[in-house]
Amino acid sequence: MKNKITQILRRLFQSIPSIIGIVIISFLLTRALPGDPAVYFAGAMADKESIEQVRVSLGLDKGIVEQFFIYVQNLSHGNLGMSLNTGLPVLEELTTRLPASLELTFLGLSFALIIAIPLGILSATKPGTWIDHLTRVLVTMGVSLPTFFTGLFLIYIFYYLLGIAPSPIGRLEIMYLSPPHVTGFYTIDSLLANDMETFWASVRQLMLPAITLGIFALAPIARMTRASMLNALSSDFIRTARANGLPRSKILITYALRNSLLSILTTLGMVFSFLLGANVLVEKVFSWPGIGSFAIEALVASDYAAVQGFVLTMALLFVVVNLTIDIILTLIDPRVSIDN
Amino acid sequence: MERRDFMRIAGAASILPFLRYLPTEANAATGSNGVLVVVSGNNINSLDLHRKGTNRPSYQVTVNIYDRLVKFGVKTLPDGSYAYDSTKIEPEIAQSWEFSDDKKSITFKINPKAKFWDGTPVTAHDVKWSFDRAVTLGGFPTVQMKAGSMSDPKQFVAVDDITFRIDLPFPSKLTLPDLAVPIPFIINSKVAKAHASANDPWATEYLHKTPAGSGPYKILRWDPGQQFVYQRNEDYAIAQKPAIKRVIVREVPSASTRRALLERKDADLYTNVPPKDVKEFKEEGKIKVSGAPIDNCIHVLGLNVKYKPFDNKKVRQAIAYAIPYEEILSSAAYGRGKPMFGASSKTPSNIVWPQPSPYNTNIEKAKKLLEEAGFKDGFKTTLSYNLGLASWQEPTALLIQEGLKKIGIKVKLDKIPGANWRTAALVEKRLPMHLENFGGWLNYPDYYFFWAYKYGHLFNSSNYKNEKIEKLTDETLHMEIDNPKYENMIKEMIEIVYDDVPRIPLYQPYLDAAMQKNIDGYVSWFHRQLDCTTITKS
Repeated sequence: MKNKITQILRRLFQSIPSIIGIVIISFLLTRALPGDPAVYFAGAMADKESIEQVRVSLGLDKGIVEQFFIYVQNLSHGNLGMSLNTGLPVLEELTTRLPASLELTFLGLSFALIIAIPLGILSATKPGTWIDHLTRVLVTMGVSLPTFFTGLFLIYIFYYLLGIAPSPIGRLEIMYLSPPHVTGFYTIDSLLANDMETFWASVRQLMLPAITLGIFALAPIARMTRASMLNALSSDFIRTARANGLPRSKILITYALRNSLLSILTTLGMVFSFLLGANVLVEKVFSWPGIGSFAIEALVASDYAAVQGFVLTMALLFVVVNLTIDIILTLIDPRVSIDN
Repeated sequence: MERRDFMRIAGAASILPFLRYLPTEANAATGSNGVLVVVSGNNINSLDLHRKGTNRPSYQVTVNIYDRLVKFGVKTLPDGSYAYDSTKIEPEIAQSWEFSDDKKSITFKINPKAKFWDGTPVTAHDVKWSFDRAVTLGGFPTVQMKAGSMSDPKQFVAVDDITFRIDLPFPSKLTLPDLAVPIPFIINSKVAKAHASANDPWATEYLHKTPAGSGPYKILRWDPGQQFVYQRNEDYAIAQKPAIKRVIVREVPSASTRRALLERKDADLYTNVPPKDVKEFKEEGKIKVSGAPIDNCIHVLGLNVKYKPFDNKKVRQAIAYAIPYEEILSSAAYGRGKPMFGASSKTPSNIVWPQPSPYNTNIEKAKKLLEEAGFKDGFKTTLSYNLGLASWQEPTALLIQEGLKKIGIKVKLDKIPGANWRTAALVEKRLPMHLENFGGWLNYPDYYFFWAYKYGHLFNSSNYKNEKIEKLTDETLHMEIDNPKYENMIKEMIEIVYDDVPRIPLYQPYLDAAMQKNIDGYVSWFHRQLDCTTITKS
């Protein structure tokens, strides 16, 4: 066990250079953005003089190297700066918005898993049949429909026409109060506060956007499940198991699926990261106060601190997700060691 | 164990601020008459308009929670909609006011009934502190105060607790109306000063999240990026209390979602509705639409005279004759615009502003003018537009492209992202042909000319320069409109710029709101924000 911990620590150390790289690149990239934040934030009627005043107060009149050192110094104090666009500290924005996005992404991913893995297994056991083709058509449709379209379509059917879904206005309907902040995940926080009504309300709000995201994520998971299942099913140990007359379910689940999980999990890490990105449009359609809509608005306004904060968070998240996946892999499969 | 205890305490502590809202908030949910649910496409980013970077949607907060010395009246339009009346100035905090004989100072008497939310009376010292703040903090507030000839704290004098005087360098008709715009709002200076520091003498950090005012509404809560809630000020005494007790403004970025919410009756009101939705709401008849043309605002095609061949007046006139005005009005504005073309005479008969230009779609005339200018075979150029305003600018640009093709001008379209637009079009003024939509808050033609036709000024994106316009604008800007010379000077100005056409008027846009049928009292304002105080719900 101790060995594992040192391995994990070493792995964490390895991510430090990439994080330093990200800090530098995100700083330079935001400076390369077209558009002048001083002009943007000076307001509708600002003249040259007031644009200059804003530029000085934002520290943008200083040299780029000086600006970078100020940024790094602030960063080392945990200060990500102020988002001009929302008028709040970037750190505060990220800590309130990231849980919203993560909650949605986790649920969307779970939805995709529940649908895609059985679909993948099914089409792997019957390759070339109509079930296989149907699965292929389904998942291709899911990935090729733009998420905002799926979202609007679901809203139109379930909210506008049928009236069974709640109004798409964010994490809770107007009549509910957000649960006391512990984790930032409304479902967990409301359970902690023992408030079942708010819990169900937040689950209802989550359904449509999570399904929208999930549909988008079906394809890679289902395809990867199918491919690795096919691979596993054609291996020698499965043939041996079959020859020995083991029950079908045991062959499929215990032997084939467990051996396929390796590649499915690796895919999952990637899917999770790109789902966080795909969130942007879903958040817009469902008025979800998440990190994606925050980043887009910040980009449009050349809001440097906010963009840098967002990129940094995503990078850290990526490192954490990959690490977690690696650790899980070592637990599932003793052949894998965290070093390679 | 320790960690768990900490979590529990933290959880209990974080519920505390919500406790006092809980019961009332739950009542609000029952959809009773006292609650108005508004959906808005924009995020507010501050509760303090004077702060740097405060965006336009946030002006709404200032309008509803703060008072000014004076306010504009409201008028009923022929179609039954309400709009503010730029010609009528009414008391708000100021009970009365009078000009000195030389018109170089205005003395206001403050209404003794005016009280801040904490119960203390509004005094002339609070007004002075607030005005000093507006002219000192810089940025947009300072520019807007300057429009009313107010730029120096020395101009603001608190004579005694209820008497406040503004001294002006010269008499100006713009000063009083400029006191009715959202900028010169009155802050509770005692509260603000208590939260000021050496680095932040104007308490911008505190007032950013914690307003301290006297207005008809207070802010009950603000969840950035999600919603804000107004609660009626039950002690409001200087005017009638608003009918609606609580207004919940939910931020819903997608226009389709906003529309669905309104049609499903989950929202009461939706401001700044795109013209396409307005047209469909009107046809379906289930949703009420109320709106008015925006005063002093025109959508124009700008021709930058710094670039060839737009330095040639005949080329500019040729283009003005080649634009398909009717099509733009019907398919880009969906009919929600007042025509600004086809006047019968080149000499204006009145000083109504904006008024139609003498141009209409006349391809023959356009071709002839272009030939006279020496461009018989046309030329190539680029038409830029703002992606942030794509809903009207994109179709308009396409129609202009098509129209100009008929006279041999090949137009390439150039989309510019919203963040770069101001730099390119207004600050650097480097776009040869572009769409522009300035609207002046103070409803006088000379005020529009000051921003849009004077050389070097921000909205003169055409780099237009005409000595006569420079002189006439300066002379008329502060002149009273009942001055006998005023009318003729304005007519002359309009005639000159319509002959020179550096800016080709297309139409005057509407500002529309859509609401349930039981909502009444929506007023269309020059600041384009929702004033909740007049709204009723039956």
